[in-house]
Amino acid sequence: MYPDNFRYTKEHEWVRVEGDVGTIGITDHAQQELGDIVYVDLPKQGARVTQGSTLGSVESVKAVSDIYAPVSGEVVGINAVLADAPEKLNADPHGEAWLVRIKLSAPPELEKLLSAADYQAYIGAEK
Amino acid sequence: MAAAPALRATPLNSTHRALGAKLVDFGGWEMPVQYSGILEEHQTVRTAVGLFDVSHMGEIEIRGPMAGALTDFVTTNHAARLSAGQVQYSGLLFEHGGFVDDILVHKVADDHYFLCVNASNQEKDFEQIRAHNRFGAQVDFTSDRYAQLALQGPKARLTLQKLTSVDLAAIRYYWFADGVVAGAPARIAHTGYTGEEGFEIYIPPPDAPRIWNQVLQAGAEFGIRPCGLGARNTLRLEAKMALYGHEIDASISPLEADLDWIVKLDKGEFVGREALQRQKQAGVRRRLVGFEMKGRGIGRDGYEVRIEGVPAGWVTSGSPSPTLNKNIGLCYLPAALAQPGRAIQIVVRGQPVDAVTVETPFYKRAR
Repeated sequence: MYPDNFRYTKEHEWVRVEGDVGTIGITDHAQQELGDIVYVDLPKQGARVTQGSTLGSVESVKAVSDIYAPVSGEVVGINAVLADAPEKLNADPHGEAWLVRIKLSAPPELEKLLSAADYQAYIGAEK
Repeated sequence: MAAAPALRATPLNSTHRALGAKLVDFGGWEMPVQYSGILEEHQTVRTAVGLFDVSHMGEIEIRGPMAGALTDFVTTNHAARLSAGQVQYSGLLFEHGGFVDDILVHKVADDHYFLCVNASNQEKDFEQIRAHNRFGAQVDFTSDRYAQLALQGPKARLTLQKLTSVDLAAIRYYWFADGVVAGAPARIAHTGYTGEEGFEIYIPPPDAPRIWNQVLQAGAEFGIRPCGLGARNTLRLEAKMALYGHEIDASISPLEADLDWIVKLDKGEFVGREALQRQKQAGVRRRLVGFEMKGRGIGRDGYEVRIEGVPAGWVTSGSPSPTLNKNIGLCYLPAALAQPGRAIQIVVRGQPVDAVTVETPFYKRAR
């Protein structure tokens, strides 16, 4: 369920790093908790974000939730699919429905994030 | 750190868990917010039939020769005009004209009225009614004696009919009958909180899990689904039914809430009447009105509403409307400005987003 090559936050984002670019998304647990997703708001291409700052928001039928940047850097890619098909975030949160790509400015930050096993233990305990 | 108080549970709590429901704290009750998903559950009620556990709702019963007099005195609608077997939506008000609660009054007999009240208000409602009982009626808090299920949707009657010999087609809208459902004594009311055809049944709590399962079996051929409070909220919003704590509360009067029709100022004395009369003479200052988003975003509960950039009111409820495929909501605006067709802006997370006031209800079923 939770890929081992991802790192996770306690706010339920994931990041998959290839080279110096991280692909960011929200976890399956997050989409389950949110329910039917109707809007996804993402930053603009070129925006600079810092780890832990608000990256955007996800809105479900019942509530809005912020998404936090799991890493610092520059937004170099946005998943345009989500503007017209936000429900894909419910269907494939770890794959097709990634949110943004960020060029990492501080790769050591990744050490602060959770492994798949730690994240699963964390959400298990949260319940 | 103080320990969180234990949540209250309905007799169906373990049934919901077994079905994989997502449970949330709803006014101190652990209730299912969704099973399969709000959108799917919503559509099921609009097109087939959904089953809701609403056992958290409270019941208060008023008995004795003066039961009608007390019921009429503490409520805004004309309870004295009800026939036995009839149901009426009504308001329970403070002297100052704000809502204690909105309730359903069922007249069982001349000497017996059965009130269905909101879960989080039930103790307050009971105290309010007792405090005004100068008639010597018997007022009983009977929430523990009833579980309540709501079957809602165009196939609700066909589903429930399989489990009872009571002729459901003969129960008119906002009437009820007492009978037997799946072998248990039941009060069967042709009422609901979804804007759809349906029934609300009051049953003994120990029978609730068994009856719940029998209803699901009976409705299987129609595609019945268990539905949670999430869908209940989107359904009631489309039908523009008030939710206590949102459209109405102690600071809001029925005249402001666009509920003039439940206020019968000419019926005689009742709690809150003088305040409402003064308000009516002076004119209400604010009024509830529906809106539709024009720009991208959803106006949610508590968001500021502006007219030509100037703060003018607030959103009481807002959500995507699964039936209309629009983002809808209700808001308070100055009464003089609360007509359909007005351009407004709703401040969605710091950004004003265009919206327009519209006629309500947003959804009305074909009859």
